Amino acid sequence: MENVLNIAVGILLDGLAYGMVLFIISVGLSVTMGLMGFVNLAHGAFAMAGGYVTVSAMSGFGVPFLAALPIAFVVVGAASVLFERLLYARLYRAGELDQVLLTIGLVFMAIAAFTFFYGPSPRPIQVPEFLRGSVDLGFRSLAAYRLFMVVVGAAMVVVLWYGFERTSLGARIRAAVDNRRMAQSVGIDVDRLFTLTFAVGSGLAALGGGLAINIMGLTPTFAIQYLVFFLIVVAVGGAGSIKGPLVAALLLGVTDNAGKYLYPDGGAFFIYAATIALLVAKPAGLYGRE
Amino acid sequence: MAASEHIAATEAAAQYLLRRHRWHWAEALPWLVAIAAFFVFPGYVPLGTQILIWILFALSLDLVLGYAGIVTLGHAAFFGTGAYAAGLLAAKLGWGEPISGLVFAAFCAALVGFVSGWVLLRYHGLTLLMLTLATAIMLYELGNARADLTGGFDGLLGIAMKPLLGAFDYDLYGRTNYVYALAVLFVLFLVARRIVYSPFGQAIIGIRENVRRMSAVGSPVHRRLVTIYTVSAAMAGVAGGLYAQTNAFVTLGALSFERSATVLIILILGGTGRLYGAFIGALVFLLLEDHLAKQSPEYWEFGVGVVLVLTVLFARRGLFGLFEDAGRALARRRK
Repeated sequence: MENVLNIAVGILLDGLAYGMVLFIISVGLSVTMGLMGFVNLAHGAFAMAGGYVTVSAMSGFGVPFLAALPIAFVVVGAASVLFERLLYARLYRAGELDQVLLTIGLVFMAIAAFTFFYGPSPRPIQVPEFLRGSVDLGFRSLAAYRLFMVVVGAAMVVVLWYGFERTSLGARIRAAVDNRRMAQSVGIDVDRLFTLTFAVGSGLAALGGGLAINIMGLTPTFAIQYLVFFLIVVAVGGAGSIKGPLVAALLLGVTDNAGKYLYPDGGAFFIYAATIALLVAKPAGLYGRE
Repeated sequence: MAASEHIAATEAAAQYLLRRHRWHWAEALPWLVAIAAFFVFPGYVPLGTQILIWILFALSLDLVLGYAGIVTLGHAAFFGTGAYAAGLLAAKLGWGEPISGLVFAAFCAALVGFVSGWVLLRYHGLTLLMLTLATAIMLYELGNARADLTGGFDGLLGIAMKPLLGAFDYDLYGRTNYVYALAVLFVLFLVARRIVYSPFGQAIIGIRENVRRMSAVGSPVHRRLVTIYTVSAAMAGVAGGLYAQTNAFVTLGALSFERSATVLIILILGGTGRLYGAFIGALVFLLLEDHLAKQSPEYWEFGVGVVLVLTVLFARRGLFGLFEDAGRALARRRK
């Protein structure tokens, strides 16, 4: 009995850690999709870029892991502004097909470019000593890194929730998501707001990409391998909020982990079946507006 | 007088509609090229067979994406269903007659298309996109979970085909396969052409252009979308079946997201909503891939990405659109 409970807690905590990474990566996509309705399939490429920036900072410049993550956030966030202004901005009013094609094109370019510079094999990183072992919680011990991710994820949730719900910037974003035209007519510069949100969202994806190296691995196909999961988080949670993707990411993280553990052959099948069932029942996602 | 004007206008409109589906001499070109290539480049016949199959697959996508305006990221679901249907029929049940194998592939893919289309064509935008994507990946994972049956990533082996029409056996150079694929493509192209120029095809285009207006004039939008989706699925299933039969091999790649993305790229590159875009797109893409991808896969992949971005930004009507523009510019200069 105790054994079963132990396994259940293990699955739950591993799943939560995984879900937190999914949340950090996907939340930016959710907000930008809610804001502009832009279908950005290259979001995973920004996360992957963050992973590689982390790797380069650590192995090339000897930057410690915890300092490399903010660097990834800043570098990728800044670079994403360039993409947003040069490419994305041209297609805001275009149909979703054009947006899909443009961003698939960017994914192809990203995969090729990172393969060229970093090679196709996985790039592991050395996390600091205190994240390597396990932590004794009294009733059981836990991999320190998983715990670290849950803590970072929870901190992110608090910061994002505060920024989204309690600051003037957050209020403007929420207004623009709710009714873009009305927000514009009361003087909110939605285009600029979008650029800023896009940069922060891409930066967060990069941060998540750096965090993910240790559990999801980092190869140049990362951008496409996990893209469907990021999209599921956004679509199931409902675009344009913090709560939606958080709930969806944790659900997905725990379910996927449990599936892999209990039913390794067909676990993924049920994830997609459940996604379809959920979207058919609630097309706008769990917390989206119909 | 008003009445006679009205009759004249109706007459002109009827003439226009009649003229649209009349055959243009240039429409013989792709078939002449395909036949000529068979004799002139015997070494390229196996590649040519694959090009013909991709044309058929892209053509099926054109029906839903180009004509009906349904944005799908999961068209490989039907290609893969057809491939596994034809493949399993031959490999596990020992039914090696090719044409009935294709009919079976079409039927299975149409069934998947009908059921999934009936459910998901009520949705739009991101939700529809996600549903098409999730459907295809679900089938992919199903194939992976039943690797004992499908062979998984190692592939389904043992697909042995009986001679075509009981008379033509398969030669080492793949000539029979080429003629087989060309004949199937030609027949299904006629079907597709017939569909898009029919009143039903016009209604489908109407739904693409303005779905609200079509609903308002009483067009059964959902039923029509499901119909074209099912037809397209059947056609993609035939392409998949041909793929399985001519390669005697199927892997999970037939159901993968990469395959859905590739057929989308091929169609966009050629041009959507014009039937012949699929021909140009598949020919150019696969010839370039054959030459470039093996030498330097990274450059090739990067190039595909660049071309896709440029196509979206500057040549939204694809290569076919560029040809048309060039042709018009030439004609103007001559005047």
